[in-house]
Amino acid sequence: MATAASDLDTHVNYLNANYGVKSWLLTTDHKRIAILYLVSITLFFLVGGIAAVLMRIHLIEPNGAIFEPGAYNKLFSMHGILMVFFFLIPSIPAVLGNFLVPMMVGARDLAFPKLNLLSWYVYMVGGVLTMYAVVGGGVDTGWTFYTPLSTTYVNTNVLSAAFGVFVAGFSSILTGLNFVVTIHKMRAPGMTWFRLPLFLWAMYATSLIQILGTPVIAITLALVAVERLFHVGIFDPAVGGDPILFQHLFWFYSHPAVYIMILPSMGVVSELIACFARKRIFGYSFVAFSSVAIAVISFLVWGHHMFVSGQSVYAGIIFSALSFMVAIPSAIKVFNWTATLYKGSISYDAPMLYALGFIGLFTMGGLTGLFLATLATDTHLHDTYFVVGHFHYIMVGGAMMGYLGGIHFWWPKITGRLYPDGWARLAAAIIFVGFNLTFFPQYMVGYLGMPRRYAIYPPEFQVLNVMSSAGASILAVGYAIPLVYLIWSMRYGPPAGPNPWGAKGLEWETPSPPPTENFEETPVVTEEAYAYGK
Amino acid sequence: MWQGFSIRPDQASTIAQGVDYLYYFLTAIDLSFTGIIFLAIFYFAIRYRRRSEQDRPEQIEGNVPLELAWTLIPLGLVVVVFLWGTSLFIRNSRPPAASTEIFAVGKQWMWKLQHPEGVQEINELHVPVNQPIKLTMTSEDVVHDFAVPAFRIKKDVVPGMYTTLWFQATKTGTFHLFCDQYCGTDHALMRGEVIVMEPTAYEQWLSGGIRGGTMAEAGAKLYDQLTCITCHGTGRGPSLAGIYNKPVKLNNGSTVIADDAYLRESVLYPSAKIVEGYRPIMPTFKGQVTEEQLLQLIAYIKSLTPPEGKATK
Repeated sequence: MATAASDLDTHVNYLNANYGVKSWLLTTDHKRIAILYLVSITLFFLVGGIAAVLMRIHLIEPNGAIFEPGAYNKLFSMHGILMVFFFLIPSIPAVLGNFLVPMMVGARDLAFPKLNLLSWYVYMVGGVLTMYAVVGGGVDTGWTFYTPLSTTYVNTNVLSAAFGVFVAGFSSILTGLNFVVTIHKMRAPGMTWFRLPLFLWAMYATSLIQILGTPVIAITLALVAVERLFHVGIFDPAVGGDPILFQHLFWFYSHPAVYIMILPSMGVVSELIACFARKRIFGYSFVAFSSVAIAVISFLVWGHHMFVSGQSVYAGIIFSALSFMVAIPSAIKVFNWTATLYKGSISYDAPMLYALGFIGLFTMGGLTGLFLATLATDTHLHDTYFVVGHFHYIMVGGAMMGYLGGIHFWWPKITGRLYPDGWARLAAAIIFVGFNLTFFPQYMVGYLGMPRRYAIYPPEFQVLNVMSSAGASILAVGYAIPLVYLIWSMRYGPPAGPNPWGAKGLEWETPSPPPTENFEETPVVTEEAYAYGK
Repeated sequence: MWQGFSIRPDQASTIAQGVDYLYYFLTAIDLSFTGIIFLAIFYFAIRYRRRSEQDRPEQIEGNVPLELAWTLIPLGLVVVVFLWGTSLFIRNSRPPAASTEIFAVGKQWMWKLQHPEGVQEINELHVPVNQPIKLTMTSEDVVHDFAVPAFRIKKDVVPGMYTTLWFQATKTGTFHLFCDQYCGTDHALMRGEVIVMEPTAYEQWLSGGIRGGTMAEAGAKLYDQLTCITCHGTGRGPSLAGIYNKPVKLNNGSTVIADDAYLRESVLYPSAKIVEGYRPIMPTFKGQVTEEQLLQLIAYIKSLTPPEGKATK
C-alpha cells in the first residue's frame, strides 16, 4: 500500500498540486469544483435518503407507525425538495459534467472557471437556505409548492425553502451556460461535433434546458413569495388570482427538469455501453439527435401533469399527443444501446452492470409513462402511487443508476485508484433487486387507487406497502456499500493507471488523477469517438 | 394484513371496464417491449461475452432501415393508444343529459355534498345505482381532488371555479372516496365513502334526510335575504328568469352562456361581465355568501321560468 501511495505521488496532479482548505474553497479548477459538488450533493442525498427511509418505515402500518400526519408531510416535502433540486438536478452535470466536459473536448478548463466556482457557492447558499427551512420547523407543501396552499394556507417555512430553490436555480443556469460555451468554443483541434462523445451531446441538450427552463421556476417561486408576503392576487382566487396558472408555470419548468435528470444519465450509459462492449455506439447520430429532440419536445408536454386539473379537454388532447412524441426518441436510444451489444466483446465490470440496470429500469419507467400520457388511464392513475412508481423508475432507476455507473466508471480517473470490483458488482445487484422490490409494488397499489402523499391509508393496501418498505431497506444497504468502499479506495485502493478499462476518449489519455492543466499539450483528435475497432 | 388484498380494484361504474381494457392493452405493450429488450440484452450478454482481452469486435456503424423500424413501429403503437385513450376520455368527460345533479364542496379536510332535494352530507355520498350522476364541484380553500378509484374517475376541485365529474354506478356497495390532490396537514384524512343504493332504498334514505327545503328553496330564501329582488325584477338589473344556460349579450358586444360559472362570477365579481343595457351598479357579494350558498342561489335561478315565453335579459 505504501508503494501504491508513493506511485501516485510521483506525478503532480490536481489533487496534490496544493493543499489546505483555502486551496479547495478558492479553486477555479473544474476538477476540484467537481469534487466540491460531489461532497455536497452526497450530503444532501443522505439527508433526503434518511427522510425516505423514515417514510417507508412509517408506511408499514396503515395508521402510520411513527409520525403525525403533519410531520409525515414535512418528511415527503423535504425528501422531494432535496432529492430533486439539490441532488438529482446537479448530480451528473455538476459532478461528472464539471470533471469531464473540459477533458472530453480536450481543454484545460471550462470557458468561465470563476463562474464555475461561483455556481458552487450559489448552490451552497441555496442548500443552506433550504436546510434552514427544514431545521427551523420544516416545510409541508410538497416539492410542488401548489397554490393557494403554499401562498395562503400553510404556516410552515415556505419562503426560505422556496428562496433556497430559487437561489440554487441560478447555479444550474451558470453551469449550463458554462457547458454550452465550452462545447462550442473550446473543442481541441479535430474534435468535430460528430466526434464528440455522446455524453457531451447529452450534456449540451441538458444545458439548453437548464438555461431556458430554470428562469421560469425562479419567476414562479418569486411570484409565490410576492403573494405570500404582500397578498397580491396572482394564484389565490380569494384575492383574485388563478391557482391553475401556477400549475402551468411550475410544470413548464418541472417537466423539462425531469429531462435535466435523465438526459445526462443517458449520456453516461452511452459511454459505458461503448466501452464495455468495445463497440462504437450503434446509430451514433440517432442517439445524438434524440437527445436534442428530447430537450426540445420536453418543453411542450407540461400539460400532462394537469389532465384532471380542470384545464380544457382540448388542451388535454394536445398535451397527450405531444407526450407520446417524447416517448419515441427515448425508445430510439434504448434500441440503439441494445443493438450496440450485438457482436460486441462484453465484460461485466461494475459500471457495465449499472448501465445494463439503467436500460432495464429506464425501459420499465418509460413504458409506464404511456399509461400516464393516455388521457383515459391517467384519469384513474393520476396522483396515485402509480405516478410515484413511474417517476422513481425514471429518476432513481434511471438517473441514479446512470450516476452511480458514471461514478464507478470515472472514479479511477478522479481519484487515481481502483475500488474493489467484487463489492461494486454486489452493490449493483443489491440495488437492482432492492429498487424493484421497493417501487414495483407502488405501481400495483397505485392501480388499486392509493393516493400519493397519504400519511395513513386503508388497510387493504398494507401488503403492497410492506413489500415496498422491505425493498427500501434492501435499497438502503445497496447505497451504503459503495459509500464505504469508495471512501476506502481513496486511501487504500491500488493505483488505477491512466486507462484501467481500455476506454477511448481524451480523458483516458492523461494520467490518473489528471494534472491541473489536464493535458501536457493540447491533444489533436484524428478519429471518431468510440474507435474501439483499433 | 392480507385482509381485503386484491390486485385489481373494484369495477363499479359504467366506465370502469373500458378504462381497464385500455390498461390491459398498455400492460401488454409494456410487457412485450420489456421482454424484447431484456431477452436481447441477456442473449447478447451471454453470446458476446468477452473471451479474451485481445478481442477487437467488428465495428458496426448503424443501420438506417432498422432505425426507421424502431421509430415507426413504436410511433404506430402510440398513435393507436392515443386515439383509443382520447376517444374514451372524451366519452368519459361528457355527462349524459339525464344526469341527476349533486354538488360537492371541498374544504380542508372534508367533503360537503348537497343533493338538489336539500339533503346535505359530509364525507358520505349516497347515490342510486344505474343512474347517471353529475357532480358540480368547487373548493372553499385550496385545490382538492375528488377521486373514486372503483369508478375510475377523478377531477381536481379548484377554488374560484366549478369543475364537473360524472359517473353511473353499476353495483351497490360502499366505495372509497379520496382526496387525491395534496391539500395540507390532514390530506390523508380527507376521505369518505360513496354509498351506492338500490333506487327504492335511495328514495327512502333521501326522504329521511330532508330537513329544510330543496336547494332551490334555500336559494330563494337567500335571494330574499340578500335583497336581490330590489334590482333583479324591477328593471334596474336584468331579469334572471329563464336565463340559465341561455346566451346573454354583454355591453362589450360579446355573448356568454349564463352557466354556473358565469352566474357565480356575477355574484362575486359583478362588474366583470355586464349585461348589455345595464350599468355596473351591483355590489359584490364576495365574503357574504359561502360556496354552498352560491350553489343554492344558482339552483334557485335555474328553477325560475321565463316570463311569457321571452327569455332574454
